[in-house]
Amino acid sequence: MVDIPVDTRLAARRPTRLEGLRALARSNIYFAIASIVVALFILSATFAPLVSPHPPLDQDMAAFMSPPLTENHMLGTDSFGRDLLARTIYGARYALAIGFGAVLIGALGGLIVGVAAGLSGGVTEWALMRFIDALLALPSLIMAIAFISILGQGVDKVILAVGVALIGPFSRTVRADVLQVKAQAFVEAAGLMGVKRLAIIWRHILPNVIFPLAVQATIRVSYAVLVSSGLSFLGIGVAPPTPDWGLMIAEGRSFVSFAPWIAGVPGTALAILLIALSIVGDGVREHFDPKLRKQG
Amino acid sequence: MSTAPIFRLLDVQKAYDVDAKGGSLFSRAKRRLRALDGVRLSLAPGESLAIVGESGSGKTTLLRVLLGLTHPTDGRALFREKDIASLDGVDRDRFCREVAAIYQDARGSLNPRMSVLDLIAEPLDHHKLCTNSDRSDRVAALMSRVGLSPAMMSRYVSALSGGQLRRIAIARALASEPSVLVADEAVSGLDVSTQAQILKLLRDLQREMGLSLLFITHDLGVAAYLCDRIAVMYLGRVVEAGLTREVLKAPAHPYTRALLNASPRFFAPISDPLPGEVPSPIDLPPGCRFAGRCVRAQDDCQKSEPALTPASPTRMFACFHPLAS
Ligand SMILES: Nc1ncnc2c1ncn2[C@@H]1O[C@H](COP(=O)(O)OP(=O)(O)OP(=O)(O)O)[C@@H](O)[C@H]1O
Ligand code: SF4
Ligand SMILES: [Mg+2]
Repeated sequence: MVDIPVDTRLAARRPTRLEGLRALARSNIYFAIASIVVALFILSATFAPLVSPHPPLDQDMAAFMSPPLTENHMLGTDSFGRDLLARTIYGARYALAIGFGAVLIGALGGLIVGVAAGLSGGVTEWALMRFIDALLALPSLIMAIAFISILGQGVDKVILAVGVALIGPFSRTVRADVLQVKAQAFVEAAGLMGVKRLAIIWRHILPNVIFPLAVQATIRVSYAVLVSSGLSFLGIGVAPPTPDWGLMIAEGRSFVSFAPWIAGVPGTALAILLIALSIVGDGVREHFDPKLRKQG
Repeated sequence: MSTAPIFRLLDVQKAYDVDAKGGSLFSRAKRRLRALDGVRLSLAPGESLAIVGESGSGKTTLLRVLLGLTHPTDGRALFREKDIASLDGVDRDRFCREVAAIYQDARGSLNPRMSVLDLIAEPLDHHKLCTNSDRSDRVAALMSRVGLSPAMMSRYVSALSGGQLRRIAIARALASEPSVLVADEAVSGLDVSTQAQILKLLRDLQREMGLSLLFITHDLGVAAYLCDRIAVMYLGRVVEAGLTREVLKAPAHPYTRALLNASPRFFAPISDPLPGEVPSPIDLPPGCRFAGRCVRAQDDCQKSEPALTPASPTRMFACFHPLAS
């Protein structure tokens, strides 16, 4: 018989994926820059205590509302004399935690509801579809507001509220994917082979659904960050004095005519992160979406 | 046991209710479309049977009935003398293991998120035909058997060509050590040389492993190369059946003759296509369903429908005025 490179199997399980992303970064300069920016945000959020010049809640009695580039406060201070750079760095923690956490909840919930709706039929499917319609009837921000008013304020509550608000859109795409995969010949072929229904779902349907879902999730992280900042800005998300960007922008709003940096610094951070996240999300989608990519 | 047919179709009918034109908004008119209309067939162990016919003649429907994917609306479809629709327990397992299908759309029949190794090993794993340690050896052996390099084992469907995909589909079908191979247009859409290679592979496999083969095609040349027996279908009915070389040498049914004339031969200019349109299978007129296009049609052809009757032990046809042999 022929000698076979069995050991390459695991290593080569999905070799094209990461290599492909690296090639994408090389060919698409915006994707490369955006990835670096997102990575920097994630790093500085993770190591906030190390990179931040001050603790986020420390008040400098000698420097209220000092503009950027003053001594000790590179990006200035707010109306309580708190360092804006420090607060923005710590704010990235909340923004990213809420963004990724909410998307995780939304994607997981969407996966469960969408798969159930796609695989069941009859009354169950009808009920699930009406449930999804109900979730989709309101924009996510309004939806999140509704949940916050039930759950109360706090970071965990915001993650939950935004996450639940995202279940609708996620489950709709998952259901569409399930219906499409279910109709494929390989699912029928597995049935012919006598593979049990649960095994078919696990081995053939889920892997073909989870991957597009992961791509979807990348795209929706920036949206989740935006919605959560919106909530804080409206004063119903994270409670002060938490260094949350939305909250900081709201606080700085009253001083915008004479101390624009108070709202401007977190606002710029938010804008940069959102843009970088959506470029990364778009790049990932473009790279993996079979409809956008030519078949090999 | 060995001579008992593996598959037997007894006057199988499969009718679909389809929406017809002319129904009002509230009462949709339903029409019956008979995709299969009284099909009688059998497949013995080790035998190869080609089903030929124009598009829409019900070939795929016949196959789906054999595989138990659709159930006949009338008549019986039997696998080893048991109703395919109600197989269960041991019989069901046996059916799953003994019958392997090769799909028309090879790419669609292979999960794009599984490597070639996992794809071919799936039947092995499912029917517990190998241990973990010899899993990849078995897959490598199957791959070399169908003419693929085992180095391809870690590839995915998206990185393979159409011909390679057919071979993988065949390897996968062979993995469960089946006794029947059922294939729907398994070589259509391939270039001529790849087609020839795959056909040769299928023929060798069939002979060496003693497989039964049911091969659907609209190409008489393919049928002649691969199969001992042939059944010609027209609008849901078998109109002529028998040994392939006898049927193709001296067709008795005018439709078989017309098909033969229409099929291009080497060195011959492409002949005229079949005269006339295939009538709609919905609400067929009484009499022979080929009458509208038949050059030999006479008055009695419109009155009643000819039945498929044996003319010799190896030959059957359904025509009142067969071509003389
Ligand atoms: N699910 C269905 N509902 C209604 N009509 C159907 C259905 N499946 C098949 N038909 C009809 O049954 C007839 C036979 O179809 P079938 O797919 O068996 O043809 P075929 O011989 O395989 O043709 P081809 O060579 O084009 O694949 C066609 O008229 C088709 O429109
Ligand atoms: S029965 Fe009559 S119409 Fe039908 S095929 Fe024979 S000759 Fe033609
Ligand atoms: Mg067909």
